Amino acid sequence: MNILVCLKQVPDTETQIKVAPDSKSIVTDNIKWVMNPYDEYAVEEGLRLKEKFGGEVTIIGVGPTRVTESIRTALAMGADKGILVDDPALTGSDSLGIAKILAAVIKDLDYNLILCGKQGVDDDYGVVGSNLAELLGIPQISIVLKLEVSEDGSTVKAHREVEGGILVIEAPLPALITAQKGLNEPRYASLPGIMKAKKKPLDVKTISDLGLDAGQVGESGAKIKIMQITPPEERGAGKIVEGETPQEKAANLAKLLHEEAKII
Amino acid sequence: MDYSLSMEHEILRKSVRDFAENEIKPVARELDEKEEFSYDTMKAMAGLGLFGMFVSEEYGGQGMDYVSYIIATEEIARIDGSHAATIAAGNSLGIGPLYYYGNEEQKKKYLPKACSGETLWAFGLTEPNAGSDAGNTKTNAVLDGDEWVINGSKIFITNGSTDITAGVVALSKTGTRKDGRPELTSIIVEKGTPGFEARTMHGKLMWRGSDTSELYFDDCRVPKENLLGPVGDGFHQMLATLDGGRLSIGAMGLGGAQGAFDMALKYSKERVQFGKPISTFQVNSFKLADMATEIECARLLLYKACWLRDNEQPFGKIAAMGKLYCSEVMGRCVNHAVQLHGGYGLMKEYDIERFYRDHKLLEIGEGTSEVQRIVISRLIDAV
Ligand SMILES: Cc1cc2nc3c(=O)[nH]c(=O)nc-3n(C[C@H](O)[C@H](O)[C@H](O)COP(=O)(O)OP(=O)(O)OC[C@H]3O[C@@H](n4cnc5c(N)ncnc54)[C@H](O)[C@@H]3O)c2cc1C
Ligand SMILES: Cc1cc2nc3c(=O)[nH]c(=O)nc-3n(C[C@H](O)[C@H](O)[C@H](O)COP(=O)(O)OP(=O)(O)OC[C@H]3O[C@@H](n4cnc5c(N)ncnc54)[C@H](O)[C@@H]3O)c2cc1C
Repeated sequence: MNILVCLKQVPDTETQIKVAPDSKSIVTDNIKWVMNPYDEYAVEEGLRLKEKFGGEVTIIGVGPTRVTESIRTALAMGADKGILVDDPALTGSDSLGIAKILAAVIKDLDYNLILCGKQGVDDDYGVVGSNLAELLGIPQISIVLKLEVSEDGSTVKAHREVEGGILVIEAPLPALITAQKGLNEPRYASLPGIMKAKKKPLDVKTISDLGLDAGQVGESGAKIKIMQITPPEERGAGKIVEGETPQEKAANLAKLLHEEAKII
Repeated sequence: MDYSLSMEHEILRKSVRDFAENEIKPVARELDEKEEFSYDTMKAMAGLGLFGMFVSEEYGGQGMDYVSYIIATEEIARIDGSHAATIAAGNSLGIGPLYYYGNEEQKKKYLPKACSGETLWAFGLTEPNAGSDAGNTKTNAVLDGDEWVINGSKIFITNGSTDITAGVVALSKTGTRKDGRPELTSIIVEKGTPGFEARTMHGKLMWRGSDTSELYFDDCRVPKENLLGPVGDGFHQMLATLDGGRLSIGAMGLGGAQGAFDMALKYSKERVQFGKPISTFQVNSFKLADMATEIECARLLLYKACWLRDNEQPFGKIAAMGKLYCSEVMGRCVNHAVQLHGGYGLMKEYDIERFYRDHKLLEIGEGTSEVQRIVISRLIDAV
């Protein structure tokens, strides 16, 4: 079973994000970049399927050279090889542009399953996986909590959480899955794994290697345009609800929710 | 000049940091309180590959450089001193002498299990009456036919009495040199050898989740082949082992200082007094600034020592400086950090309380701060 995992690098969730003076981007100095947390679930799921069915796990990333570190981390976890698309023309790509690039990489590869994270925790668009499946013309099941591949490797059953229950969807392979938190518990990159990863292949490709031209991707190819980024409003101080008895406290809480928060 | 670490070092740091935060942090406080060595976290650390980091792959190690080992120890120490102690002693003192001085047969016999973390080895140097003055070792070994007969005792020996301890390398007096000083020799004593007993020591101020033991040798007989290196090489081996070991104690100081700083920064930005976060009062922000500066210096010094070692250059002086400086920086950092926590910093509910206690060993173990200053004084030709 050959598995492809699409990996994005994002600012560490503990990073203090600051909006850049242009109001359309963030300050990237001093940011620590990490593998998108949802992609960690995708990598882990790929590794577990490989352990069960054999085959290879290939990691595909799009972005600048620094993304190599996240791809190598996935290789240290146990993936077999990596592909990085790194090209100055990529700057400013939207989700569709990224999906086009991924599709261009993937069209020449032999695969049974593609795994993505359900969204990048930076822009939070959550559509690269869907766009990619559409471009490749394969089934997609998004925000997956549990994945079962049939013994003969021909179909996949995926569990998704819906309001009040679990929806189980089956699709023939090849298919694309996007991973939700809870799909598994990602392993750590072990020390022997880190040493082995040094010797694993990692190909770097440019746009022209993929037969794309600069106009299709990057800022010029983007269908959406960021108008403005504003930091979230500062959270006000918390409030302790007063009252002598639980009943009185509950009544005061209801009053505050109604009159101040205006949510009931 | 190039101050950058390799990508592998960065991946290693992140992986060990995540591991320490997720697997060690949730249990460290309770283990400290119960004064308990955890076999569960030991197994998890072994699974990650934290034993045998600098040992070549042919003996089951990871074949990494010394900087990698130091970064890993630093990251564990950022979360908990006891666990870092198990790693530092397990590698530098347990695995190190077997790897560097063992013959092929000994290395094949002991290292694979030690590097997979199935077993722990201890290094028995300190005695009740020979601490800083290790040359005064009284434990003696006499050759009787094909066996060494060992008598004496050791104290404060890390990893000596766990269920998975496979044995100890005991520094023993095997005779008197021509200059009248004792001839010291390292001898391997496997657990279970009649006449050898290890007793766990209790009532420690610090490193309460780490195993510390007293060792007793009472007409303990081991085969003649259990010599580690030639007769009389023990003192030299010990000094070299401690040179490397000092780097790992330095890493514990550096990591502990970083952990204390991280806690202090977070707490003081959240704690509001007089209507403002206490971090905004200059007296406090200056403490944080001093901590950050000293940690940066400590890291540069320690990594330089590792770089020298990895590049096969003399590193003894810088290693002693690194151990001394890193452990004293941690002392100043935990002091500031507790101060910034106010009364809460004195309570066990806050990890900084444990860091404050755990720090003290670093100025005592593997050569006290005074001994480091003696070593440095000699190496700068002051005495
Ligand atoms: C938790 C723990 C774990 C340990 N693990 C190990 C281990 O795994 N293996 C091992 O062999 N040992 C181990 N040790 C022992 C440790 O290395 C010794 O405690 C240390 O070397 C100091 O020796 P001492 O305690 O006998 O103090 P002493 O040597 O009695 O020193 C007492 C004081 O006198 C000072 N002093 C001594 N001589 C001089 C001098 N010439 N000039 C100036 N000042 C001097 C010292 O600096 C110190 O302040 C451990 C200790 C502890 C507490
Ligand atoms: C064992 C124990 C017994 C105690 N007994 C009593 C008792 O009997 N009765 C009682 O009422 N209280 C008692 N206390 C509480 C004690 O008085 C407080 O812990 C102390 O006043 C510090 O307050 P805090 O812990 O809230 O720290 P904080 O006030 O939050 O201080 C945290 C840090 O911020 C610094 N800081 C705060 N404000 C400023 C400022 N404006 N400028 C510069 N730095 C500042 C502090 O110096 C400290 O470093 C006790 C505490 C302990 C631990």
